[in-house]
Amino acid sequence: MKFFAGEYDVAVIGAGHAGIEAALAAARLGCSTVIFTINLDSIGNMPCNPSVGGTAKGHLVREIDALGGEMGLAADANLLQSRMLNRGKGPAVHSLRAQIDRREYSRYMKYRLETTPGLDIVQAEVVGLDRTKQGWRLLTLLEAEYSARAVIIASGTYLKGRIFVGDVSYDSGPDGMFAARTLSQSLERLGIALRRFKTGTPARVLRSSIDFTKTEKQEGEDPVIPFSFETKHRLKNRVDCHITWTSEKTKEVIQKNLHRSPLYGGKIHGIGTRYCPSIEDKIVRFADKERHPVFIEPCGLRTEEMYLQGLSSSLPVDVQLEFLHTVPGLENAKVMRSAYAIEYDCCDPLQLAPTLEFLEIPGLYGAGQFNGTSGYEEAAAQGLVAGINAALKVLGRPPMILDRASSYIGTLIDDLVTKGCTDPYRMMTSRSEYRLILRQDNADERLTPIGREIGLVDDRRWEGFCKRQQEKRAERARLRQTVLPPSKQLNDILVSCETSPAKTGVRLEDLLRRPQLDYKKLEPVDTDRPELDPLVLEQVEVELKYEGYIRRQQSAIEEMRRLENKLLPEQTDYSKITGLRKEAQEKLSKIRPRSIGQASRISGVSPSDISVLIVWLGSRKDDGAEDGRKGGDGDGRDD
Amino acid sequence: MSRVIAAISTAPAPAGIGMVRLSGDGAVEIASKIFRPRSKTRSLEKTPGYTALYGWVYDADGDIDECVALVFRAPHSYTGEDVVELTCHGGLYLLQRTLRAAIDAGARPAEPGEFTKRAFVNGNLDLTGAEAVMDIIAANGRMAAKTALAAREGALYRKMRGVLDELTTAAANLSAFVDYPDDDIPELQPAALKEILQNARLALGGLLKNYDAGRVVREGIDTVIVGRPNVGKSTLMNLLAGYERSIVTSVAGTTRDIVEDTIRLGDIVLRLADTAGQRETSDEVESIGVRRARERMERAELVLAVFDGAEQLNDDDMALAKAAAGQPSIAVINKADIGININEEYIQNLFKHTVIISAQKGEGLEQLEQAVREVTGVAALNESEPLLATERQRDCAKRCLECVNEAIEALDMGYTLDAVGVSIDGAIGALLELTGERATEAVVDKVFERFCVGK
Repeated sequence: MKFFAGEYDVAVIGAGHAGIEAALAAARLGCSTVIFTINLDSIGNMPCNPSVGGTAKGHLVREIDALGGEMGLAADANLLQSRMLNRGKGPAVHSLRAQIDRREYSRYMKYRLETTPGLDIVQAEVVGLDRTKQGWRLLTLLEAEYSARAVIIASGTYLKGRIFVGDVSYDSGPDGMFAARTLSQSLERLGIALRRFKTGTPARVLRSSIDFTKTEKQEGEDPVIPFSFETKHRLKNRVDCHITWTSEKTKEVIQKNLHRSPLYGGKIHGIGTRYCPSIEDKIVRFADKERHPVFIEPCGLRTEEMYLQGLSSSLPVDVQLEFLHTVPGLENAKVMRSAYAIEYDCCDPLQLAPTLEFLEIPGLYGAGQFNGTSGYEEAAAQGLVAGINAALKVLGRPPMILDRASSYIGTLIDDLVTKGCTDPYRMMTSRSEYRLILRQDNADERLTPIGREIGLVDDRRWEGFCKRQQEKRAERARLRQTVLPPSKQLNDILVSCETSPAKTGVRLEDLLRRPQLDYKKLEPVDTDRPELDPLVLEQVEVELKYEGYIRRQQSAIEEMRRLENKLLPEQTDYSKITGLRKEAQEKLSKIRPRSIGQASRISGVSPSDISVLIVWLGSRKDDGAEDGRKGGDGDGRDD
Repeated sequence: MSRVIAAISTAPAPAGIGMVRLSGDGAVEIASKIFRPRSKTRSLEKTPGYTALYGWVYDADGDIDECVALVFRAPHSYTGEDVVELTCHGGLYLLQRTLRAAIDAGARPAEPGEFTKRAFVNGNLDLTGAEAVMDIIAANGRMAAKTALAAREGALYRKMRGVLDELTTAAANLSAFVDYPDDDIPELQPAALKEILQNARLALGGLLKNYDAGRVVREGIDTVIVGRPNVGKSTLMNLLAGYERSIVTSVAGTTRDIVEDTIRLGDIVLRLADTAGQRETSDEVESIGVRRARERMERAELVLAVFDGAEQLNDDDMALAKAAAGQPSIAVINKADIGININEEYIQNLFKHTVIISAQKGEGLEQLEQAVREVTGVAALNESEPLLATERQRDCAKRCLECVNEAIEALDMGYTLDAVGVSIDGAIGALLELTGERATEAVVDKVFERFCVGK
């Protein structure tokens, strides 16, 4: 018998990386919040790789942290090994990646949820979702009814999840969890168009069955640079990773057995990600490539399970074993968990607004893989944004919209809701046109003021941020004012760094601008240098060196924001606007861009359509028409 | 902040004067780079709104034309922005050169209806015109789309596409290299990258250099034949056209209106107009013809000034010679078969190119062709080079080249590849504007097309 079990401001369906950030943000902003998970022991689970960060993803984690999210702190607290990727390739593409103790991470997150005031955790499968006068009614499998004013769907790969291994397939969530088999029906009843995406994961093998003499060791980097701006203590590398390569024989085995793959045999209909191809995908698509790298990563300190990055597969288990044993070092590997592909329901993100609220369904939000993305970090970023916006809406406050120039988070969401995605979306640095500004070192400068305004940045974090900003200003001034005489010591350094010697006195600032020089190299002659936070030094140096580029990107951003601030009324009937081409009318009606800027990024909307829109908007303003958008213009920044 | 836009704002029809308008933040600064006031004590930048200055417009090749520059200061202008109107003589050639100079100085070609659009945005127009303006923009947009589609068939597009592919591949390589550090993506060495960039620079440089000459070959040169009555203009036209088109008689003033034809001179296309003889006349119909001929001359891209070689120059000849010599022009001394009595030196002092022909006998056409080639720049044209079609394409190619140069410079200075990559993205973006794609997407697609990446 159904019974009423509780009334909340915000309900979050799913306690993965998206759900966690959403629930924490909503509760921390003062909303009574409930989070549902099918299994309490899989909160914040990492069913695929035991790592956080990576290129562009590391940026996302830093940004989540700067806004007041949890992922960076959790990663730091459970870190096994850390590296800054892309050193030497330029500051825009430096990215942190850390191996994580996945069980400990999950426990950390569960405990964090448990100890957050105003947040209830419920193990239950949500099977029904209906609109009511006040908001939403949620029904669980065990017939408990909950009400909420806003609902966030963060269902990951659980929605109608189905696992494929060779000929075998069955309904399942990831990592042996139950699938959520019923909720999709409610969502379709609400008018949400669902589709099938696919992803996969490689086998886990027993550490003692690996011959590490045939692999290369990959050590962590010291000192460890934390994800969080708030992690002050020193972190230690605790494990090594190893690299091996597939062999000619691996290729043969896979090619011989391709017909047994559910993907190539036509059983899987879901669209797979380009970003995490299975080993069979790689071998088919890049047949010329002799070998593919395999990374052997530990899953935790108290487990002997090893993750084999690069060998994701949906081939039958006997084929998996056969090809695994062709990889040097894995000849005798004992498989503990087999690789599998998983297919799941997700929505077309073009149905969403930049707040991640459904355009046509007020009070309902989507986040994470449900929105068509891939990756823990992408999920967490969306969870945070959805949680913040759901809470702000319940609280009657203006929404938070992060534009492309503010962050990778903003870029990710703009891509999703403006262009959509045809396969699971992964963040890359090349997706941002402003990447010299959206660096991981300055995520705090870009987002902490926004987080503060919203209410997620506590006093401690805010004071730390203000102190760094103050130090930065002082250091910039010092560099501008300090003039070094053309001493032999200085010129020796300059010549040894292959840059021209100084003939007259030279400002420290101008020396640091030279690509060949850095703080470290100038240390012997820069004798008055104060003790500063390494974060501050990094920002100052990058800003000086890339000043010209940064200035230009900044002016491109200003131009972009002019269009971004021209808001289109929410209820615009595009079919009634003279001069718009039919294709543009259709796309605009579907995507319902928030601003002229967003409209201009829709494929199929031409510059002349944009001109028509601007004139139309102009004539409308002349008419004295009010702006239909609630909650003010811009992105909520106070710069 | 709105970028400065520029366009020829008068109709491309015969007119006494024509105007190039600039609008946006910095319009006055850009205009001052191509306008020199006659009074040395004055400058455009210090000129208040609603004030005109007299002087010259010029470009890298020298003075283009006399000009009146009218300055409007925001918000008191048509668009509500800073506006400069440069009014010159009406010739299309002069106006195009002026527009080009403005673009080279930093303006960008205006989109269809953009001035009006800005006027609306800045609240300077009333409501009644809105729908009409939207219709015009839409119609122009459709036409532009059609033109763009047609351009895709052309050799130019293929050449640009070639540059684009090279740059996109390089950017994708850089991207894969940084976004997938675990996969064994070959590092694009700075030297190899520089070679790709230098090739792109060469290709783009070639495209831009041949732009003007190219248009001449494709569209034909707007050519007008002028001269006082009965010097043999119509005979020349008929000779060029290969058949009798104008009414040729020996009675002066036979051609009373403008006769047009398109002819080929070697591989050059001339859009040829034969005009009424230039003289003071009391015949009303003829005087209209004479006036039209003058106007036609002023907007022509090439003037063939015909003189009777058998006679001394008279006042009409000299007036005409002075007017024609200010244009891209060739002096054609006709009736060589009868004998040369004309003051050749006088002509040669005025005109850069002089040829002696006999229209009657069909002699001297080769020299004429050579002179036309030289005046129009076709002689320097490498015909294997594809040609840029419109100012907009030229602008895109130009901005692409700037970004490529910047990328090369960054490499030379030892900047990291992320900075170089941003410049390459800029270069790709400039070319992609022609097809409405976006650089970031093109690069990401290319990454997965070319590289085996991902876990």
